[in-house]
Amino acid sequence: MHEHDVIVVGGGGAGLRAAIAAHEEDADVAIVTKLHPVRSHTGAAEGGINAALREGDDPKDHAYDTMKGSDYLGDAPAIETLCEMSPEETIQLEHWGMPFSREDDGRVSQRPFGGLSFPRTTYAGAETGHHLLHTMYEQVVKRGITVYDEFYVTELATTDHPDPEERECHGCIAYDIKSGDLVGFEASGGVILATGGDGQAFDHTTNAVANTGDGLAMAYRAGVPVEDPEFVQFHPTTLPSTGVLISEGVRGEGGILYNGEGERFMFEHGYANNDGELASRDVVSRAELTEVNEGRGIDDEYVYLDMRHLGEERVVDRLENILHLAEDFEGVDGLEEAMPVKPGQHYHMGGIETDENGHTCIDGLYAAGECACVSVHGSNRLGGNALPELIVFGSRAGSHAAGGDIGKARIPTGPSARTEDETGLDTPVSPGAIDQPDPDAVADGGAVAANPTATVKQTLEGERRRVDEMMERDGINHAEIRSDLQDAMTQSVNVFREKEGIQDALEAIRDCRERYQNVAVDDPSRTFNTDLLHTIETRNLIDVAETIALGALAREEFRGAHWRAEHQARDDEDWLKHTMVAWNDGEPDLYYTDVLLDGEEKTYEPKIRSY
Amino acid sequence: MSTGITETDDDSTETQTQAVGAARAAGDVYSEMTSEEIEAANEQSRRRTRELVEEADHTVELKVFRFDPEVPEKEEPRFDTFRVPFSKGMTVLDALMWARDQYDSSLTFRHSCRQAVCGSDALFVNGKQRLGCKTQVADLADSGVPETVRIEPLPHAEVVKDLVVDMEHFYDQMESVEPYFQDEDTPDGLEEQYQSRENREKVKMSTRCIWCGACMSSCNIAAGNNDYLGPAAINKAYRFAMDEREGDELTEHRLNIIEQEHGVWRCQTQFSCTEVCPKDIPLTEHIQELKREAVKSNLKFW
Repeated sequence: MHEHDVIVVGGGGAGLRAAIAAHEEDADVAIVTKLHPVRSHTGAAEGGINAALREGDDPKDHAYDTMKGSDYLGDAPAIETLCEMSPEETIQLEHWGMPFSREDDGRVSQRPFGGLSFPRTTYAGAETGHHLLHTMYEQVVKRGITVYDEFYVTELATTDHPDPEERECHGCIAYDIKSGDLVGFEASGGVILATGGDGQAFDHTTNAVANTGDGLAMAYRAGVPVEDPEFVQFHPTTLPSTGVLISEGVRGEGGILYNGEGERFMFEHGYANNDGELASRDVVSRAELTEVNEGRGIDDEYVYLDMRHLGEERVVDRLENILHLAEDFEGVDGLEEAMPVKPGQHYHMGGIETDENGHTCIDGLYAAGECACVSVHGSNRLGGNALPELIVFGSRAGSHAAGGDIGKARIPTGPSARTEDETGLDTPVSPGAIDQPDPDAVADGGAVAANPTATVKQTLEGERRRVDEMMERDGINHAEIRSDLQDAMTQSVNVFREKEGIQDALEAIRDCRERYQNVAVDDPSRTFNTDLLHTIETRNLIDVAETIALGALAREEFRGAHWRAEHQARDDEDWLKHTMVAWNDGEPDLYYTDVLLDGEEKTYEPKIRSY
Repeated sequence: MSTGITETDDDSTETQTQAVGAARAAGDVYSEMTSEEIEAANEQSRRRTRELVEEADHTVELKVFRFDPEVPEKEEPRFDTFRVPFSKGMTVLDALMWARDQYDSSLTFRHSCRQAVCGSDALFVNGKQRLGCKTQVADLADSGVPETVRIEPLPHAEVVKDLVVDMEHFYDQMESVEPYFQDEDTPDGLEEQYQSRENREKVKMSTRCIWCGACMSSCNIAAGNNDYLGPAAINKAYRFAMDEREGDELTEHRLNIIEQEHGVWRCQTQFSCTEVCPKDIPLTEHIQELKREAVKSNLKFW
């Protein structure tokens, strides 16, 4: 058993920032991560960090843009916190030596991004995330923070209480990938989930193979509601064959989208008459798919993104990485040809419900970064707003878990924030657990122990039984189940959604869940058993996919990234509210909470969102 | 069922009789698969794999190094052969994943981002250090599709299992050069440190390192001398030594670190590291430049 004040699960941008913040509060903090920190997918972020740094810009304008971009489903206290803290956090990275791109006068460069009223996206080439990740890992090394790398956290050690708001999280269980040992981690201050995205729930995604929603699934099963799960961002410019991301920076610098007939469709077909290619991501993704569906795509699959007119010098200076990606993963020379692009799953706006201190409704359990939902992005995230979220809310969660005084949160969490029940959801199959109680869920008849150490030990025993069973029995392999799950999600819970399709997806998810009851791990070895690791991940993906599909079925309107065939308008009267999906001990419960539009100084009045 | 979600009970009868989940919704209870059903499902998967291989226009044979200290039949290193359907754009990593998911779930290798930025999948492919995700299978043949692709773990590193090597020594070397920005007088608050475009350009290539370990594995000197810092760690030192935001005293300190017994002077400029670097970092040039800087700096005190 390892003991620390604060345990951070995940070594990407949010996790590293949280660990540094906790360390600055003099906490004994450790990072437990399934990949070595520099392997984290923050490193793939290309575009930049939105921060109101310059004369003529203002955090209030950044907040306004973010609220508008969210289609009024973000919470004002979260958005204002993000925009006010982003400048200091961004400059902090500069002080830590991050190699930002520079202006002639030596100051850090900023560029325009979609949905922004000011060019405030601070960048380091088209590889901003790589530099952010490495710069923060350097600071972790400098401080001597303990890192358990290649330790895969399989479950949270949480007390059992009927009301999630009365539960306490005392640690987690991790699988030491190299030795095959299951190890308990006890945290007296708190556990911070910073496990990133869950794009592997879809089959065409910019996400890494490791982005399997582990944190989200664990928090969900422990009793934390998943907020706004239906809001998934599909990035408009991914390479068709692999899903590799082509940064919005290309359009920010002046890149142009053409259809198969050579038309600049964003303008010529009226999708965004003012902002064209720089409209919000959801708008551009739908425009591209509409072009393809109406027969104006190329190979019935994609459109072209052209940056040739920008000239070699500018492209090499600001977007060099894009040339490499297009060449290596699509065989296209971006200086000679237009690049083929199509929408791909990119980012999950929804996630683990937290307040603006990163705290969930379970005492001692925090979340930050993509796995969390504070919510700053609402129904659609603006480009350049993910990286500031990592550093701002990573830092806040780290400080708070370490006992730092960062003020009381304004955002309510947990079932007590419920304002409305969903009573008529028409699901073709029962979602949730198959067995009652579900042996995988910590809070279900699991840890009823008297003290923190005993809680961790008891959870550890449960995990040992789960792993032993999967290792010893005969069964089927998880890979086919995962692949069927991904196909179903991409087929029916994608950019365009309709009721019947989502219901089909729920049936397919249920089928995956039932087949998963029979999975077994073929590899008998304890050493570096990725068969076991991937099998556990697949269970998490099933839970994640189900929350997405349930939210998508429930929300009968068109808002931000969530488009419904039968409901072609935003409906503020009925749907200006957050969706919450709670595991509810294996019988999922869907309810709603209020969106907080009251900021410090003003109320954000929902307006028509046009670009 | 809980308060929130109700099941369909009247419509879509057709789907209910077909889907497993719907049967449960209609009142049936899920039951675990019998061992016969499991065997049938597994046989069906194997048949589908065979069909995919038979139907493919082109296939490629992977010869993959296997070793597991814990599994009797893998204790002695061996090569396994997997026949994989070739498709245009297929990378070595794609082929490995296909082999694992279709034939042998115990086939073990590190991978994550699939786009050459996480640095997990440096492998020894047809006798050269390469990133699996960045290596097109088609590029391994003079034309068409290669007959065979040989995939081994990185040489000069301890094999943990199959294609996974122990990276601890690499990480130790990286961390031994004080790989973090050190400030003498950081400005306050929102004031930034200025850096010229030229200086940013100067360190740019060195900051692209993804810690994949290909360079270290290719280096003869590192292979024979475990104490040698190696190209990646020296490049990391270069990244800071050349950054004008750190002051002169720190530059001096950094030159002292890389000038130690097992530092830059061990490099014999064979360029093997530069040749294999998947991010095109001019590693040997960086090492040479540090040698020159170290000499200049030493002369100053004479």
